Amino acid sequence: MATHAAAEPKQLWLGGAEPMKASYGKLMMWIFLVSDAFTFSGLLIAYGLVRYSHPSFEGVPAEFVFSTEYWPIPEKVFEAVPFFHGYQLPLVFVGIMTFILIFSSVTMVLAVEAGHRNDKSDVEKWMLWTILGGITFLGSQAWEWGHFITGTDKPTIVTDIINGVQVTKEVFGANLHVNQYGPQPFADFFFFITGFHGTHVTSGVILNIIVFFNVCMGLYERRGHYEMVEKVGLYWHFVDLVWVFVFTFFYLV
Amino acid sequence: MASEYNEFIEKDGKMVAKPQTKAIWKTFWILLIITVLEFVVAFSLPHHYHILKVAIFVGMTLIKAAYIMGDFMHLSQETKGLFWTILVPIVFIAWLVLALLLEGGFISTY
Repeated sequence: MATHAAAEPKQLWLGGAEPMKASYGKLMMWIFLVSDAFTFSGLLIAYGLVRYSHPSFEGVPAEFVFSTEYWPIPEKVFEAVPFFHGYQLPLVFVGIMTFILIFSSVTMVLAVEAGHRNDKSDVEKWMLWTILGGITFLGSQAWEWGHFITGTDKPTIVTDIINGVQVTKEVFGANLHVNQYGPQPFADFFFFITGFHGTHVTSGVILNIIVFFNVCMGLYERRGHYEMVEKVGLYWHFVDLVWVFVFTFFYLV
Repeated sequence: MASEYNEFIEKDGKMVAKPQTKAIWKTFWILLIITVLEFVVAFSLPHHYHILKVAIFVGMTLIKAAYIMGDFMHLSQETKGLFWTILVPIVFIAWLVLALLLEGGFISTY
């Protein structure tokens, strides 16, 4: 590998050809991302199915209260922001999270661009920003989960049937058994979809750290090209892409 | 890629090409503006225009997806073969959306 000149990062596969003018690793990353897109689509579409099989809230949004009888309006659920306890700031925090992830996608593409120029210090700089963005996003998501699980100041009165007896109880927050915000599947899908995406961000951050370490050690400089940065870049952009869809279909619609 | 660069600067004792990041930042601003517009639509359109709202959100999301895939992931610079290999399977997702959302209107847990 080390003998390849910087001008020719691409090489033939072992079969002596280069299908679709892409390297083996890059093509396989793309194919993997297509399969991963199917997984996320399955989750989001299942969310849509379950959502529209429940009654939606009929009435003025200003009079909305949490109830397990109908599907909640997302902007009424996600309106808390750290350090602003008690203020109603619908979707502000999730907007900040979206911005962080889009921005870390930009720093990633800047790292890829620096890789094309074999500019080691620039790749290091932008990879580090990308890792920081990813960690910030994960921290924000941890806060959001914490708030979702803990719940609001006022409880929701939920009527449940336990051992054939009708029981009325106060519910704070949500987990996989109770949910103060709406029907149980709403909490289940929240944990599953954002959790599955968060898992992807976590593995993306780990991959970015490994590649950042390799960049710092000069591995790709000796190899003559920074294709590994491009490959983790594809994965990172995909994570951003999925968030764009999660943001729309879970938080906005 | 390397052939696109014609300006060079000296850095750490060796010559590296000058960064060309104009297009990247342009895409960033487009993505940011679309996200801001989504917020504007979410809070300015009255609640009873729900279907119109959803249509706008889906449209804007698809535009953002196109920019991320086309520019950030460089899919628009790949060969036609690779481009369509990635995009054609999405037909199955569109089919699942139609099938399950239509079905969701008919089943009810209540």
